[in-house]
Amino acid sequence: MSAGPSAATGRLPVAAVRRAPGLRLGGGWAGFAVRRAGGLLMSMLLLVVVTFLIVPLLPGDPARAIAGTNSSPATLAAIRERLGLDEPMTTRFVHYLGDITSGRLGTSFRFDTPVADIVSTRLPYTVQLVIPAVLLSLLVAVPLGMAVGVLTRDGRRRRLGVAFGTIAGLLASAPVYVVATLLVVLFSISLGLLPSGGATTPSALVLPITALCIGPAFAIARVVRQETASVLAQDYMRTARGHRLGTVRLHLRHALPNLVTSVLTLSGLVLTSLLGGTIILENVFTYPGLGTEVVQAIIYKDYPVIQGIILVVGMLALLVNLLVDVVLGIVDPRTLDGGRRGH
Amino acid sequence: MATDPTVRRRRRNPSLLAGAVILGLLVVVALVAPPLLSGSAETLTDDARLGPGAGHLLGTDAFGRDVLARALVATRLTLLMAAAATAASFVVGVAIGALVHLAPGWLRETCLRLIDSAVAFPSLVLALVIAAVLGPGTGSAIVAIAVAGVPGFARLTANLAATVADKDYVLTARLLGVPGPRILARHVLPNISGPLLVLLSSSFTLSLLDISSLSFVGLGVQSPQYDWGRLLNEALPSIFAQPSVVLAPSLMLIVTGVGAMLLGDGVASLVDPRTRGTAPAPTAAPDAADAAGTAAPAVVSRPPGAAGADAEPDGLLTVAGLTVRAGDRTLVDDVSFTIGAGRIVGLVGESGSGKSTIAMAVAGLLPEGVRADASRLALGDLDLLGTPPGRRLATEIGIVYQDPIGTFNPALRLGTQLTEVARTHLGTPRRQARRDMARALADIRVTEPERRLRQHPHELSGGMLQRASIASAMTTNPRLLIADEPTTALDVTVQAEVLRQFRRINREHGTAMLFISHDIGVVGELCDTVLVLHGGRVVDRTTGRDLRRGTVTHPYTRALLAATPAAVEAGATLSAVRWTADTPPAQPAGTPPYEAPLDGTPPDGLSPDGLSDTAADRPPAAEGSR
Repeated sequence: MSAGPSAATGRLPVAAVRRAPGLRLGGGWAGFAVRRAGGLLMSMLLLVVVTFLIVPLLPGDPARAIAGTNSSPATLAAIRERLGLDEPMTTRFVHYLGDITSGRLGTSFRFDTPVADIVSTRLPYTVQLVIPAVLLSLLVAVPLGMAVGVLTRDGRRRRLGVAFGTIAGLLASAPVYVVATLLVVLFSISLGLLPSGGATTPSALVLPITALCIGPAFAIARVVRQETASVLAQDYMRTARGHRLGTVRLHLRHALPNLVTSVLTLSGLVLTSLLGGTIILENVFTYPGLGTEVVQAIIYKDYPVIQGIILVVGMLALLVNLLVDVVLGIVDPRTLDGGRRGH
Repeated sequence: MATDPTVRRRRRNPSLLAGAVILGLLVVVALVAPPLLSGSAETLTDDARLGPGAGHLLGTDAFGRDVLARALVATRLTLLMAAAATAASFVVGVAIGALVHLAPGWLRETCLRLIDSAVAFPSLVLALVIAAVLGPGTGSAIVAIAVAGVPGFARLTANLAATVADKDYVLTARLLGVPGPRILARHVLPNISGPLLVLLSSSFTLSLLDISSLSFVGLGVQSPQYDWGRLLNEALPSIFAQPSVVLAPSLMLIVTGVGAMLLGDGVASLVDPRTRGTAPAPTAAPDAADAAGTAAPAVVSRPPGAAGADAEPDGLLTVAGLTVRAGDRTLVDDVSFTIGAGRIVGLVGESGSGKSTIAMAVAGLLPEGVRADASRLALGDLDLLGTPPGRRLATEIGIVYQDPIGTFNPALRLGTQLTEVARTHLGTPRRQARRDMARALADIRVTEPERRLRQHPHELSGGMLQRASIASAMTTNPRLLIADEPTTALDVTVQAEVLRQFRRINREHGTAMLFISHDIGVVGELCDTVLVLHGGRVVDRTTGRDLRRGTVTHPYTRALLAATPAAVEAGATLSAVRWTADTPPAQPAGTPPYEAPLDGTPPDGLSPDGLSDTAADRPPAAEGSR
């Protein structure tokens, strides 16, 4: 079998993943925690700095940009005072950090309420879309991809392979807002089965979650299928066939564990992009989550709200990444040493 | 199968073609649609909110403008924005990724970490930051998506440049005093252009879909301009009254996505044939590199009565007229032999001679698409030709494979794998099975057996794994042990120890063995009877004793012996060496079976196991090769 390292499959020759003696940070969870904490701090710092820079980077006079061109000098002065625009940059950054660490995240221009309140009312709605979509994506993708991979192994059932490749490719590449729009046309307008917006009833969640997970589910299923094909061709699968196990045990016990690493690695990427998709998708359904709020905030130049929401969404992305790495470490301890492989 | 000629023709790469055609058509639409269709796309008429019909294929919008025409005209702006954003991300990202390597150490490290951190966020987060700074608009959407794409290009360039920077030609240039920027431009960038182009093609579509998504939520293109995202945005409020309005822009976005996916798949498979999405690389049939060509005489399955005559009364394994084919290629051609109880039969030959294929045919583990026929294939009372019960196969045939590292499942602990057959087919309780296995491991001189059972395969050496695999194959006390090149992947000292274990098992348990090796010295040491294979046929039948003494008569066998240093040292000297001078033993792959020198030296049934001599059944031309 091919033994070269392959970024696409995420498998490395044994020699390359065997633990090297005297690794700088030590192996196992301790080294993992040190490395990961460093990376996490760096990412959080980047997030804080970038969101802070929104206001200083505003072209021209930020106060005028916020209040509009025809605003009175008194209004402009009030805004300058409130944003601390006359203070030196370092002082403003310290204030910004204080706002974040105190958990208040500043005050909204439009509603005059703490941004933290806005975020905390909106966040649950977004989470209530994201978590089911993530789980559903994986629950659909892994069995589907594996089943097709097993059925089409060694060039069997070529027609099924082509059909799956085409349909999954189509669904994986359709943008989430288009899928959502078409689902609304089909299920809400033509068939009248499901609500097209809001978040008042559980049935209102069906379409957004479906739209959100179709793309990721089929993107991951394509990879699972490809990985299944390459795992089934490995020597150890011949050994397992030599043990004459039932079909279910052969594939679940011997093939599945070898798929998990590469599938999870890819899922991390797909699932963080799913977060971005949520922001756009909520606007199709006028759904009261962070996505609709941040778009409104950008249109109405409500900078503290923009900053707060981007901070929270960014943190969620980091959390997803961390979760994926931890699960990977549990499932495949070899990944602890080198960090995440692939991509 | 790999041997199937149709697979080789698949290199045409249909997805690359289809993707290129789709995206090419979009470019044509972008060029042609605005001058031709602007009228119906932008002129306000009284035909407002028409349904799909003859005049307007997809109907009209609230201002009486043709919906399809608008979607087609919008192609130009959409593609232009995506192209601008991608070009900007590409230039800036590649510049950052390349220049970072010219920076002093600490700055370089910091920048690389920053790039890594930026890639961890969804690209939309960065795009929203820029959109917030610049406010909604066409230009700000382009800049936002361009900036969001920068980290991806920067990271890929930085990673690739780091690998190229260690290459000899770069070091040479550096030693010659070529300045850094010049090294980048002349030596590094040209050598990493391939993967960058792949990213460029996928990035273009991502930019297109992302810009459209900004327009869709109202942060991108503003009225009266329109791209696909804006069209979808304007259609949304009237979606209940006129759902057909969303179809045109949706369709354009989906078609673009599919085109890009096909193109991406195609480009990726150009770069790395292994990642081909629709056609996973089929496994090669073992030892099937060369086989008896189509010139080989057709094998006629002998009537069942004749097979009975071939089998020796006490023959445990009977193989009669075994022929294995992959498609129209014959891998094993009419091979017959028997293994008596307690005997060891060796199959020897070069790679491609079909010896492993015979072993896998006996074990019933031939790869998909490879078919075995025989007039008789039986292990005692167990007929191996039909679909024998898995339980009997698993417990009565033990198998030891060639590469101990590849043979074990890297994701499972050894204990699970080694005790699986006993637990599954003999119903041995888990604890009992582990205790038995630990004892078997100790017997075969594996150190710390209890700990080994808790370890993963990558934590053990190859020799240790191979001994574990032998112990595991013996747990069910099988009637036949098949060893397929069990020592090839091991170094010489370990080989000797593993061979000792096979001899011990044969002595202590009386297990019959089918032992496959390309090393005629090893086979001579261990086996009672030896079949020499070439091109899928048996060319000689001899004994281990004759091999050890060097008293073999067949020229090919002597050539094989001569090619084995160990055998020469052992005393097989004069005749073998002289023969080598005439005809080199190493046959290039694909040569016809070794026939010419055999004329006039018909082999006789040398085997004490009563190997069938079926030369009479064969046409004269093939006689010598048997």
